[in-house]
Amino acid sequence: MRYIPNTPDDRETMMREIGVSSVEDLLKPIPKSLRLSRRLNLPNGLSEQDVVAAMTAMARKNLDSVSCTSFLGAGSYDHYVPTAISDLAGRSEFLTAYTPYQPEVSQGTLQVIYEFQSMICELFRMDAANASLYDGGTALAEAVLLAQGYTRRSRIICLDNVHPHYRSVAVTLGSPLGIRMDGSPHSAGHISATALENALDANTAAVVFQYPNFFGIIEPLEPWIRRVHDAGALAIVIADPIAMGVLEPPGSWGADIVIGEGQALGNPQSYGGPYLGLFAASDKLIRRMPGRIVGVTRDADGRRGYVLTLQTREQHIRRDKATSNICTNEGLCATRAAMFLSLVGPQGLRQIGEGCMQGCGYLRAKLAKVPGVEVLFDGPHFKEFAFRIQADIPSFSKFMADRGLLPGIPLKRFGMGLDDALLVAVTERRTAAELDRYVELTASFLKGAKA
Amino acid sequence: MKRQQCIQSLQKEIPLVFELSRPGRIGYDVPTPVPSDSFKSVPSVLRRSTPPRLPELSENLVMRHYTNLSVRNHHIDRDFYPLGSCTMKYNPRVNEHMAAHPGFASLHPLQPAVTVQGALEVMYRLSEALKEITGFDAVTLQPAAGAQGELTALLMFRAFHKKQGNPRRKVIIPDSAHGTNPASIVIAGYEVVELPSGPDGLVNVDALKRILNEDVAALMLTNPNTLGLFESRIEEITSLVHGVGGLVYMDGANLNALLGICRPGDMGFDACHINLHKTFSTPHGGGGPGSGPVAVKRHLEPFLPLPVVTRQNDLLEWDWDRPDSIGRVLTFFGNYGVHVRALTYLLSMGGNGLHDVSEVAILNANYLRVKLREAYEVPFDRPSMHEVVLSGDRQKARGVRTTDIAKRLLDYGVHPPTVYFPLIVHEALMIEPTESESKETLDEFVEIMLQIDRDSVENPDLLKAAPYTTPVRRLDEAAAARALDVRYFKD
Repeated sequence: MRYIPNTPDDRETMMREIGVSSVEDLLKPIPKSLRLSRRLNLPNGLSEQDVVAAMTAMARKNLDSVSCTSFLGAGSYDHYVPTAISDLAGRSEFLTAYTPYQPEVSQGTLQVIYEFQSMICELFRMDAANASLYDGGTALAEAVLLAQGYTRRSRIICLDNVHPHYRSVAVTLGSPLGIRMDGSPHSAGHISATALENALDANTAAVVFQYPNFFGIIEPLEPWIRRVHDAGALAIVIADPIAMGVLEPPGSWGADIVIGEGQALGNPQSYGGPYLGLFAASDKLIRRMPGRIVGVTRDADGRRGYVLTLQTREQHIRRDKATSNICTNEGLCATRAAMFLSLVGPQGLRQIGEGCMQGCGYLRAKLAKVPGVEVLFDGPHFKEFAFRIQADIPSFSKFMADRGLLPGIPLKRFGMGLDDALLVAVTERRTAAELDRYVELTASFLKGAKA
Repeated sequence: MKRQQCIQSLQKEIPLVFELSRPGRIGYDVPTPVPSDSFKSVPSVLRRSTPPRLPELSENLVMRHYTNLSVRNHHIDRDFYPLGSCTMKYNPRVNEHMAAHPGFASLHPLQPAVTVQGALEVMYRLSEALKEITGFDAVTLQPAAGAQGELTALLMFRAFHKKQGNPRRKVIIPDSAHGTNPASIVIAGYEVVELPSGPDGLVNVDALKRILNEDVAALMLTNPNTLGLFESRIEEITSLVHGVGGLVYMDGANLNALLGICRPGDMGFDACHINLHKTFSTPHGGGGPGSGPVAVKRHLEPFLPLPVVTRQNDLLEWDWDRPDSIGRVLTFFGNYGVHVRALTYLLSMGGNGLHDVSEVAILNANYLRVKLREAYEVPFDRPSMHEVVLSGDRQKARGVRTTDIAKRLLDYGVHPPTVYFPLIVHEALMIEPTESESKETLDEFVEIMLQIDRDSVENPDLLKAAPYTTPVRRLDEAAAARALDVRYFKD
């Protein structure tokens, strides 16, 4: 086997040194009745060449966004990943290192994470960020648990214009500790003042907002956050990090916890994972934060260095009193995010944000003019919008896919009462020609459908 | 002299990326946006008033900065990394290339199933292989890491018991358990009951009998346990727990010892998680991503997280119609890129290769046990599985702590073992060599450990101030927690 260096001779020598005649002698603690008396029912190992052929055959069965044009979003986005990132993050030194438990030989990873934390704080304008969580949905679950512990209240209001998957993850992971997740109906995609006002009560631990919201609408959150604070609850905002080059960050408006999905920051879409859970909080919550945090210190010679800090929050020290059970996180995805943000800088991030908004606005305006299409929900949109179409959505999706275009995600799957609508995402990658083609194909499909 | 200069250059402080920034530098050009007035129409209250202070660097400066940082890491491609319970084996490069294939990397999780049949096939085949290796009936690939796998299984246990009429209140763990076990138990809404290990390092079956009752929802065990010892009475243990209606969970962190030798599903466990980033060779990435699939017996299948891959005729589909499911534990379907790597590894190794993995891992660990026992205390000196736990008690008596031993190893270019864990061994050094290491590497490690032991007698001060040759010297961790500095811009 090409990954195992010890030869039969080596093994013989080692067994002699141990004083056994075969590996069997070392397996005596395992009761005979438990030994697998047959070989594993798996094929024998393949040569690398055969492995590559087998895996590539599976890859070719998929319709990927390189060979088609994707307008799919809802938490996973086709943003451009600069080539330098894969080379840098693919270096053995980052790729094959473990969690930095021995800081003297982990300064590479630790400094990158410190830089990452600093960048996330800048994006969201928050006091502290951790080294990453699994993804956006689990970051919300952790935020909700933190809010429950901090406020000693157990009810969470999660607005109905928040990503339904995020909410369901938080329900799964929060309910054993008695967290109740309630919704609050939106009004044409926007936060409804009366609904939220009616929902807030003295047992509300937190209100969860999304910015831009699930339908892509950018809403001013400052008044709502103030109202939430007046009720003694925390304001949790799920923010799109890519939007932070152009939009006022939730931290400026007093958000207590800002979480988000960091996939867009230099990570491939990879069928849903590995992604990057972003978690940032205000100073008062730092000692309750989940996950690893890197801090600055000095070494014995007075040099600046980095270590994991506030470890008394963590499971390997505090066990059942830990703030979270997380151990392995998404360090390499965070590393990619730090590299992405270093490459794009403030100017690039602003231009990416502008590109998204311009493309989204362009497509939305043109589609609105197509007979049989009704774009949904007014107000400024960032990179996503919803529209209704007077036709069968699966047939429309298939018509478009056959022409190399994934047109959007049917909202029906989310059970939000918008069963005849699609959610469309337009990133900075989409060209005017691609957007025009979308409009033309939609028009011709609808014409065909009528006829 | 030359070596001295090398160390000096390695120990030169690397500026933070923010300190390299100069206004106007650009590392990335964005195509001209599509013409539209939508950006201009955004109300000013929503527009960012001051830009984020991200660094401004050219692409080549970014390349140099992160390359310079990278060389300050120890990593498995460089040298030995015997961290116990972490299974730092070789991460084959072909796995990385397969995961980066656009046919896998450029897929959206909510594409119609007909457009991702190959992606679903990867998940289906991986699940089938994991079932065969572990001896269980069903698998979810959704959990993103081992700790999330544990929590997922506990939530399934909770749902199972609830369906039986009583969720119960307690979960038992041995005192040698990983820290994630008690932390997951609490989040799953249970109370932790700690079971002291017996004098042989194994579960004390009599003590277990005394605390078992109908309020016990589950027992969580690592097998082989964190001392590297196989729980020989495991069948008796699992049937005792079943006797009071409880379930038994196996923490699969140490699965690398069992491949093709025996299977948790045959031992009476009801569920177990599998760390793809340990046993199945996917890289640790400086902390993650990992992947923690959970394998379960038939009676727990209805409670698996939503959705589950199923095969209907020749079509693979997501099954959402599972009324007893605990729900979603991740936003999408799991760390798919890690699944691709693990399946690649499985195809490379095959059933025969996996069996070899465990045999050599066990042989390597026992070789180190025998070679090191003259100089170091081996609290449980009998055949161990894939890892062995030493105690630094003898060295401690000379004033040298296990931390000092660990830090001195760094000067030899070797990563220390896991230290001070399991908690039941004083001054513990938990060594897991894995099958990836050659006899020469192990011999060299033994030589280094013996030298450190001699130094603990002859020159203990040398050890107490180590390391000397690393990018930074011993760091003041207490100071970091006292004067907290976790971001560059302080205002």
